[in-house]
Amino acid sequence: MLKQYETTVIVTPVLTDAELKQLISGYIDLLKNNGAEIVHEDFWGMRQLAYPIKKKTSGFYYAVEFKAENDVIDKLELAFRRDENILRFLSVKLDKFVAEFNDKKRNGLIGKKRKDSKSAETEKA
Amino acid sequence: MAQNKDIKFLTSPKIGIQKKKYCRFKKAGIKHVDYKDGDFLLKFINEQGKILPRRLTGNSLKFQRKVSTAVKRARHLSILPYVADLLK
Repeated sequence: MLKQYETTVIVTPVLTDAELKQLISGYIDLLKNNGAEIVHEDFWGMRQLAYPIKKKTSGFYYAVEFKAENDVIDKLELAFRRDENILRFLSVKLDKFVAEFNDKKRNGLIGKKRKDSKSAETEKA
Repeated sequence: MAQNKDIKFLTSPKIGIQKKKYCRFKKAGIKHVDYKDGDFLLKFINEQGKILPRRLTGNSLKFQRKVSTAVKRARHLSILPYVADLLK
């Protein structure tokens, strides 16, 4: 049964764009070969880390949501552990509330509420 | 007799009244706390980066647990620091 997962990865900032793209597409292919279905990819770009990881203070954040069998996760995480370019990874199982939340956020429903609160604040200020 | 205008209270009388606390998640209908957006989670941690207790944030138990797991995941992904000074 295909469950929905979400994996967030921090990649070292040392890589050039080409290497970064190649690294990420490598993992996407690994997912696809194991029969996973990518729901959504999200690339945040370079961000400052809150604390240095492996002596690095910034990193590329990459989040991917996918539907997969449960044994795909072990393969994915094994590959992450072997790759030294990956500083840190976190994969989370999504229940229907979360998946629905992410979809809504992507369609801007949740975002709009925050914008309202922002506009409310600006009016107050 | 001192008219109403002249009476100057040392402290404003409204301080004693306790503001009715409510769970912001139930009110706003938010179902899931996302561990990825850090600025929303900042509201639930204090300057040292510690998670605020329920009596201060006014969350219900169910959402306080969701907030704490989200903060712990955000710390793992170094979106939030484990220990910070003057975070805000």
